[in-house]
Amino acid sequence: MSNSVIEVPPKGGFSFDLCKRNEMLAKKGVNPPSFRKTGTTIVGLVFQDGVILGADTRATEGPIVCDKNCEKIHYMAPNIYCCGAGTAADTEAVTDMVSSQLQLHRYHTGRESRVVTALTLLKRHLFNYQGYVSAALVLGGVDVTGPHLHTIYPHGSTDTLPFATMGSGSLAAMAVFESKYKEGLTRNEGIELVTEAICSGIFNDLGSGSNVDVCVITKGGKEYLRNHLQPNPRTYTNSKGYSFPKKTEVLLTKIIPLKEKVEIIEGGDAMEE
Amino acid sequence: MTKQQANWSPYDNNGGSCVAIAGADYCVIAADTRMSTGYNILTREYSKICKLADKCVMASSGFQADVKALQKNLAARHLIYQHQHNKQMSCPAMAQLLSNTLYYKRFFPYYSFNVLGGLDNEGKGCVFTYDAVGSYEKVGYSSQGSGSTLITPFLDNQLKSPSPLLLPVQDAVTPLVEAEAIDLVKTVFASASERDIYTGDKVEIVVVNAAGIRREYMELRKD
Repeated sequence: MSNSVIEVPPKGGFSFDLCKRNEMLAKKGVNPPSFRKTGTTIVGLVFQDGVILGADTRATEGPIVCDKNCEKIHYMAPNIYCCGAGTAADTEAVTDMVSSQLQLHRYHTGRESRVVTALTLLKRHLFNYQGYVSAALVLGGVDVTGPHLHTIYPHGSTDTLPFATMGSGSLAAMAVFESKYKEGLTRNEGIELVTEAICSGIFNDLGSGSNVDVCVITKGGKEYLRNHLQPNPRTYTNSKGYSFPKKTEVLLTKIIPLKEKVEIIEGGDAMEE
Repeated sequence: MTKQQANWSPYDNNGGSCVAIAGADYCVIAADTRMSTGYNILTREYSKICKLADKCVMASSGFQADVKALQKNLAARHLIYQHQHNKQMSCPAMAQLLSNTLYYKRFFPYYSFNVLGGLDNEGKGCVFTYDAVGSYEKVGYSSQGSGSTLITPFLDNQLKSPSPLLLPVQDAVTPLVEAEAIDLVKTVFASASERDIYTGDKVEIVVVNAAGIRREYMELRKD
């Protein structure tokens, strides 16, 4: 009997065929392109009437800021929002995907989505990809069972907490939360605490910066406060401005006429139809 | 059996950017005041600029421990020169000394990216730019450090210094007036701190001219 291998088309997901080749290339000094990460500070806390999520707005590509005002608080359902840290493409893709799944589920059940549903869908997906989908999320929302706040790690583990922080600025933000958090905060106290925690990340962590985004979710509805605080305006603008030459400098003008290759035959037949 | 790799590096990068611009009778040297390591800030108020002689100032970015050691070394050598020659070192002389000092440690370099600025013997502005092992060149302007890739293209566009290889030899110094050059430096640092995470907090601007050495500060983004 021949040992034939049937070529099965890939069903989807990651193909690890090129791993050996990549390792060999890396040894020779050819490195793969880097991903854009949101070196980030994201936070969430539970207050009296619901949950409040917060995030900074800087996206980095290594040491360079590639987006000074990006949105890290993603929509999942009318009553559920999710902050994302890690690889920007991964957080966008995974939250968009689960958001659609939740919508279909709402049509199917005829009920408002629950936070634990979003949680399970996200953690199952991330575990399935064994941590290769580099998305660290803070999921928060209010449903019929009450307010919920969860953290989800890239490998698929989750925690349920009264206050949470993720991203490169998580230590700076958690320092603020651990000092000042208490149960039963009012809406304004909660927003102020979240803003303070994000600011701590913005000023003390180099991977986070620019503005503060806040999202307040209660039983009544949600309030997305985009750029709630903008503590980093541009420091100096020259009053006179700068002039730039309108076009590239002309260094040399050289015209070479091309010889015509067309032969003109007089009195030929007109083209047939 | 692969060779055992080092699991400790003697170097670290403390980030930051430096700029120097030479004018007809002045020289502007500027550097931000942020010192960082990894994603953390060590201090917001660290001076990367050092006065080496009466008319000669150096700004260095890179590994600040090596920078500090280099500055001490140069200061000591300058003192010896003053004892032997009864005068201060000129900027071109200091430039050569710095190059030799850096190359001396060719096989365990000072992780220090320097720009040297000052007035030459005729009182004209001069800027010298270095790499980590002492290769140097006299130029009209220069930028080093983490923000240099963002700053240099803009300076190239605005100052357009001619190549020193062209004949007849053209003047590298900018025709800009001192106030305009300082304005340019402020704009350049404000822009660099928008996009480079290692540049920010404050910019220290030092101006060397016939009257002496003057220092001023400007606030930058702190995030």
